[in-house]
Amino acid sequence: MKPIIIVKRVIFAAALIPAAALGYYTYQGDLTANPIEFITHFTGDWAIRFLVITLAITPLRRISGWNPIIQLRRMLGLFAFFYATLHFLTWFVLDWFFDFRQMAEDIAMRPFITLGMATFVMLLALAVTSTQGSIRRLGRRWTQLHRLIYVATATGLFHFWLARKTVVQQFEVVLIAAVLLLGFRVWWTLRTRLHRRPSVAH
Amino acid sequence: MLIRRAPDLRYSDITSKSLYLRRREFLREAAGAAIGAAAAVAMSPLAATVAAQERQGTGHGSKLANVKKSPLSTTGEKISTWDEITSYNNFYEFGPYKEDPKENAWRLKPRPWTITVEGYAEKKGTFGFDEFIHPYALEERIYRMRCVEAWSMVIPWVGIPLKDIIATCKPTSQAKYVEFVTAFNPAQMPGQTTRMLPWPYVEGLRMDEANNPLAILAVGLYEETLPNQDGAPIRLVVPWKYGFKGVKSIAKIRFVDYQPKNTWQVMTPNEYGFFANVNPNVDHPRWSQASERRIGEFFRRKTLPFNGYADQVASLYAGMDPKKLY
Repeated sequence: MKPIIIVKRVIFAAALIPAAALGYYTYQGDLTANPIEFITHFTGDWAIRFLVITLAITPLRRISGWNPIIQLRRMLGLFAFFYATLHFLTWFVLDWFFDFRQMAEDIAMRPFITLGMATFVMLLALAVTSTQGSIRRLGRRWTQLHRLIYVATATGLFHFWLARKTVVQQFEVVLIAAVLLLGFRVWWTLRTRLHRRPSVAH
Repeated sequence: MLIRRAPDLRYSDITSKSLYLRRREFLREAAGAAIGAAAAVAMSPLAATVAAQERQGTGHGSKLANVKKSPLSTTGEKISTWDEITSYNNFYEFGPYKEDPKENAWRLKPRPWTITVEGYAEKKGTFGFDEFIHPYALEERIYRMRCVEAWSMVIPWVGIPLKDIIATCKPTSQAKYVEFVTAFNPAQMPGQTTRMLPWPYVEGLRMDEANNPLAILAVGLYEETLPNQDGAPIRLVVPWKYGFKGVKSIAKIRFVDYQPKNTWQVMTPNEYGFFANVNPNVDHPRWSQASERRIGEFFRRKTLPFNGYADQVASLYAGMDPKKLY
């Protein structure tokens, strides 16, 4: 078996651990005195983490030169979408129990919720266009569309920031990781351009 | 079995012990589970010691004698359980998550404890806790507690009417407000080593609010001494206001002529004001205040003006713009 296949399977299993842990807590009745809030935070935390982990794949590929690693990107992105979907459904079903009027008001009036909803819609668009067929059909536009992950990370982080009333470590860790990973891309692009330029000048 | 993981280098600014206690946070961060299992084996003796201390600090206190029932108690509502009240609350001195107070409050030593009375009052000075509360009869006050985060409980406090304590302190006519300050002791309150909030925590009441019969300083819960995580040994309870007004582990009471700058107002002035009266018609910028989730219930319930205590307190705010009373 190719190494990447093994890595992929291991990471797939590992990425299910949070969902399994949540199931276990539920089974144990260990969801704090406010289970809905706990599930909301738990799923939201993991959605943003997987989003940032997804952003790490391209830098890892560039640094390591191990190209097959790119095969992990879609899977991790879909895990981000998976946890974001659980997060959204928690809000939709458990928190507001289909109270459409109140949810619509929140989306329209409260930037905190607007940003969360916008992030989810972007991830939804990325998830449905993540198939081989979409990649083929959309061609160049697929690459452009999937740059939305940068916007979704920014809106997701802003939503996360608004969820807390003060700076907490969990937020800082995710923010720093995202800044480093996006910074790497900027640095890499600049470096590539600078390297090209002298050859043009000759 | 609990799987514990050694602290990550990323978290160099908090003590490894406190991180160790954060079982749930660890599980949320369980990305490196395999490494964690190995570390847990190596560190398990330490974890066991810490867990023992943890239990000690969060269990039941001693029984309080001669607690009178009060006609001011809320009736006809299901009272939240001991576990709910002692395992889920905000007390940033012990961390930003609502499981943190229970896990970390064992560090607090509520005895010996002193309370300092300062400012425009005749009877000023520093008093030992027992000396301070000795003159008063303890009353049980069952009150709704509405957090600004839109959850609520019903809590059987044991306390002393604040107006009786104020009468003893004999404030002068210059005293317009009462300011309460939480103890500052970062060794016992690890949250105070961070910059989450400006410390120590400050809250305040206008003098007429403080003299309202509903306002109490609580020293107990379910006829037992107040658990550390709920603000031992003494805390403010003002049931018509959002929970953050209920300043915990009080070390100073000041009679002042200015409106105190309460901590959350300083921190986020567009979200939290001085009065913080429960008001379903004034939304928080991030969520509606029209409804709340009672802990233990699935469906939300409507939030009542002044948390259902309008008959007793609405007159305090006659003529004031209710929009300013958040």
